[in-house]
Order: sequence, then C-alpha cells, then structure tokens
Amino acid sequence: MRTAEYRALKAASGSTGSTVEPGTKENRSGLSRRKFLGQAGAATLAGAMAAGGGLRLLSSVEAQGGEDQELAKHQWVMVIDLRRCDGCGLCEKACQSMHHLSEDQEWLKIYKMKDSAGGTYFMPRPCMQCENAPCLKVCPVGATYKVPDGVIVVDQSKCIGCRMCMAACPYDARYFNWGDPPPAPNVIGKPQPEFPVPQQKGTVGKCILCVHNTRYGKLPGCVASCPMHALYIGDLKTDLATDGVETVKLSELLNGNHVVRYKESLGTRPRVYYILGHGQTLDG
Amino acid sequence: MRNINHEDVTEAALRPMGPPGRGFWILAGLLALPVAIGAAAYVYQLINGLGVTGLSDEVFWGVYTSNLVTFIGFSYGGAIVSAILRITHAQWRSPITRLAEATALVTLLIGASFAIIHLGHPERIWRFFIYSRVSSPIVWDSIAISTYLVGTVIFLYILLIPDLAVVRDRVDAKVGSLTRRLSKLLAFGWRGLPEQRQRLQWGITVMSILIIPLAVGVHSVLSWAFAVTSRTGWHSSIFGPYFVVAALFSGVATVILVVAGFRKGYHLERFIGEKQIRYLGYIMLTLGLLYLYFTFAEFLTEGYTSFEETVPVLEALLLDRYAPLFWFWVIATGILPMALVAVPTTRTVPGIVAAAALVVAGMWLKRFLIVVPTLASPLVTGGEWASYRPSWVEAEITIGAAVAIPLMLMFFFRLFPVLSILEMEETETIQP
Repeated sequence: MRTAEYRALKAASGSTGSTVEPGTKENRSGLSRRKFLGQAGAATLAGAMAAGGGLRLLSSVEAQGGEDQELAKHQWVMVIDLRRCDGCGLCEKACQSMHHLSEDQEWLKIYKMKDSAGGTYFMPRPCMQCENAPCLKVCPVGATYKVPDGVIVVDQSKCIGCRMCMAACPYDARYFNWGDPPPAPNVIGKPQPEFPVPQQKGTVGKCILCVHNTRYGKLPGCVASCPMHALYIGDLKTDLATDGVETVKLSELLNGNHVVRYKESLGTRPRVYYILGHGQTLDG
Repeated sequence: MRNINHEDVTEAALRPMGPPGRGFWILAGLLALPVAIGAAAYVYQLINGLGVTGLSDEVFWGVYTSNLVTFIGFSYGGAIVSAILRITHAQWRSPITRLAEATALVTLLIGASFAIIHLGHPERIWRFFIYSRVSSPIVWDSIAISTYLVGTVIFLYILLIPDLAVVRDRVDAKVGSLTRRLSKLLAFGWRGLPEQRQRLQWGITVMSILIIPLAVGVHSVLSWAFAVTSRTGWHSSIFGPYFVVAALFSGVATVILVVAGFRKGYHLERFIGEKQIRYLGYIMLTLGLLYLYFTFAEFLTEGYTSFEETVPVLEALLLDRYAPLFWFWVIATGILPMALVAVPTTRTVPGIVAAAALVVAGMWLKRFLIVVPTLASPLVTGGEWASYRPSWVEAEITIGAAVAIPLMLMFFFRLFPVLSILEMEETETIQP
C-alpha cells in the first residue's frame, strides 16, 4: 500500500460510515483509492493537529520508519460513552456483518452490568487494543502483532490455534473459529490481518478497531451503526474523535469527563476509554 | 529374592521378547480396539475441526489440556525411581527401573502428543521452531518438553546398552531376527570392557542428575502457561512447585500400576517382591500429603482475603457447581489412597494398587478442576458462567490415549528386556 493512501478520519464530515465494505471489489480497485485521496485532501485535519498536551492518559508509540512511519501518524483509540449506550446491540450486528462473523463471535460484545444504585447499564466491550498487550506476548509464533497505527491484529495464516492468547486476554475479547466461518461472497482476494475476512477455521480472531476503515478515513462499523452515538473512534496523534456526527477534540472529551480504562490495575494500558457518569461502576 | 543368579534374571528379562502366547495377543487386541477408536476420533476431529469438541470461546481449554498435563505428569515416576533412587543408592529399585523408565518414555510421548491434538492447525506446528517468540509460555513448553524427551530417551538407552549386548550374545535366546539385529545395532559394540563400564557409569551418573532439573522444568513451565495469565485460580506463584509435586505424586502411582501389572503378567514375582510395591506406596503417600498441603496453602491464601475476583471461582469449586467433583476428589484421591497405604491391613499389593489407581484417575480430575472452573467463570464483570461438557470425540481420544500406555509398553518389552540386568548385578540383587 502506498503511504499517501493512509488518511485519518474525515473530520467534521458527519459521515455515517461506509457504504462500501473494504475488501470488496470496488474498494480494492484503484478507483476508490483516488476517491479517498480526494476526500482526505479536503479533510480539515491539519488545523486540529497542533492541539493536545496535558492529556494524562495519552502515551506515544515509537514509529519505525518508512511506510510504518506514515501509518504511525495515527494511533487509533475508542471512547465509549456509557451514559448513552442503551444496549440495543446494533453495533454487534454491524461488526458481524462487516467481518462476516458467525453469531457467537461478538468481537464487540455488550455486557449487562449493575450500577451503583442497583440498576443495570450496558457496557460494549471491543478489543481494548492494549499498549501492553498480554495476548501479543504469549503468541508462540508471532501471529498476533501490533500494526504501526496501534491496533493489535492476528495473521490467521500463521496462527496455529493454541489459544494461549485467549487465556492471556483479561477482557475475553478473543474468539476462536471452531468451525467454518459464514461465506463472504462479495469479498475478493485473500484475507489480510487488517481485514481478516473470511475468518479462517482453527484460528483466533478479534476486533481490529476496523483499521481497514479508519486508514481510509471511514468509521468503524460499530461507530457508524450506533444510533445513540455512544461510540467514538479517536486518534491520539491528531487529537480528534468522532461519533459519526460530531467531531471533538479527543483530549477535551477525555479530560472533560469521568473517564476510566477497564481493569486499569492490570497494567495492560488499554486504548479504549469509558465515560462514566450515570452511576456506572466500572473497575478503573 | 534369595538365590537369584544371572541366568534366572536373564531368562526372565528376555522371556517377553520371545514368541508371545495367546494371552498376549488377546490382551493386545482388547487394548488396541479403544486405541483404534481414539485414533479414528482424532481423524474425525482433523477433518471437522475443533468444533467437534465441547470447547467454547469461554472454556477453550478442557480435556486435552488436562490430558497434556496429566500424561506428562505420569512420566515423572521414571525420574523418581531411576534418577532419585539411583542417586540415593536405594538398592531395592533395581528390578523396577526398566519398567519405570519405559513408562516415562511412553507416557511422555502420549502426553506431548496432546500439545498437538489440541491445536486448531496442527499442520503448522513447524512454525514453532521457525518463528518462535521466546516470550511465549507455549514456546517454553515446547523447549522444555522436547529437551526432557531427549533426556528420557538417552537415560533409558544408556542403561539398556549392556542388556542389549546380552540379547545379542545369547544364541539360545528365543528372539526374532529383527529384535536380534536391533539389539546388535543398539548395543553399540558393548563388550563389558573396564573402560566401557567406566564410561557408561559416567554417563549414567550425569544423566540421572541431569534428568531431575529437566523434569522439574517441564511441569514448572506447563504451570506457567496458566500462572502467567491474569486469571483467577491460575495466577499463582506456587503453581510451579504445585504442578511438579502433582506430577511426582501421579507419576509414582503410575509406576505402581505398571510394576504390578507386568509383575503379574510376566510372572516376575521372584524378582519384584511386595517390598518394591510397598516402598513405592510410601513414596506415593509422602508426595500425596505434600500435594494436599499445597492445595490447602493455595486455597487458604486465595480464600482468606476475599478479593472480588477470587471468591466466585473458589466458591464454585468448594461450594457450588464444581463442589461435587472437588469433594469427590478430596475423598477419592486426597484421603482414601493415603489411608489404604497408611493402614497396615490394607497395605498389601491389591490395596496399594487400588490406591495408585485412585491417584492416577483422581489426578486427572484435579487437573480438569484446575483448567475448567477458571475458564468457565466470567472474566468481564457482567458476564455469565459458561458450561463445558466434553464431547464423545474428546472422551474417545482420551480413553484411547490412556489405553495406549499399557499397549505400547507391552510392545516395548517385546523389543527390550523388562528387567535391568545391569542394575540388578550392580546392586547385588543377583547372587554371584
């Protein structure tokens, strides 16, 4: 892939996400690439780039030069506003249809939790894209790795299916393909770690924060599908975050709210932030 | 064991290598049946994928993982009998060392094969060696197990060399031409010359010392595949020694079963007395008490603090869904076998063999209770308990693997002497 293709979120675009699935014929042809280039040029990223600083939860990842360096200009994160989530489950379904997953594979899963008043609230759990990822360390063959823009992916052509990563993940965010995945007839070409469709039997899959979309300036499937706008995709480098309608400064979103990372005490340094505030009691 | 001479021992050691009777083939056929069914079940799993197991995204390790730990644990009996008893000059060991070492090899091979059976892509196993990421406990496992396997083979082999020369040199021995040629090849020109004996002694001493850390390493590393995760019930610093003691405990029990079985089957009562089985029973008793102590220490420190994550798993084990299995284990493996060995009236060969059988089966259950409840418990606060019911495929493969142990041993002793003639001479069990 050429570096020029890597573009950030379309700031302030108000886009409700992709109409073209990545990996489909249209997307993998040169035509759509040019389209993205045009869109990216119009994006108003540059002005917002200078923002930031004072964000406690931020941490940087070293770039590795060349193409990687270009990719590393973005560090994707997710912000989940628990005050807004009503547990409808549309995000789960959008994720499953985008990645052609079977129904029991909930890369983004909604948990019903108890709040401090004894009521319930809902917690969507994607992969936390930990900076200190336990799953990555334990993989015996290096099938799990981190792409330069900060997302943990699995190369399913290398995975031997030992499931050690599932044991290591403190968030139950990894799923094994016990059988054949549903067919993906409109997907052309071999599955890629950044777009692992269709899934491969006998290997482990997980949420990849739709890095196949974000790199092209598009929203992750879950973010685009959320009617409550509870999910934000953000970028630590450009300090922007969008819920699909509104684009805000990531640092302001995180600093201006009661924000925790799930199971902070484990030292995994997740890149998913939860906004609390209506009595939710998520272990920080 | 009085009035045993070289001739008696050699005859007894070589007898199973001769043409087997009808009983051998009937038993072999009976054992081969479940092994064949197990093999067929594995082929079925290879074709259809791991979906044929009862495993799920929550309980993704189960019977195969328990088997991996348990069967490799069985091999520790060889390390105790052959290495530790040799180093401590326990003379009574000599008639059972060969049986113990062969058991170690066979159980290790079967145990290690579960590391492959449980994989989603067993055909990619070569990636282990090419793309190893050394931070992975699975890589530690593969290094430790393969080193231990090599050590076990060498140890077994060097002690076999003089015995193989006996087979080679005895023109009257009723062994097949293949066995004879194999013996000639593997005897490696052994003539019993003083410098050969000296070199062999050096090799045996080195190996019997070396095999102990290798064995300790294997089960420590196996335990760390669990302990290095952040999961409740696994993340424990005593897991290394806890697993090692479990392996020694069940390993001695396995040796008791094998020794008692072959003693009866091949009429070795003249050489293997009740004493050997009783002494092994004492070792099993000691290790069993040590294991109970570890279990108590683990649960006390986990339970006393009542951490939010720890309590549900411990409660499930002691009081709730896994409690029937757990307390069954306590009685059937923690108490009953100890009592059978401790009480003089039951301290007989049948009593000790029954105790050993309980330990062998019970320690599989214990491994299952280490692997499964932790996985079944919800990891995310709002989650629910998962359930796991092993499928017929897992059951058949497990039964086949267990039955393969005696079957493989029967054929092993068709090729190699069942008694260590060398060691029985060394320890003066044999009258000059």
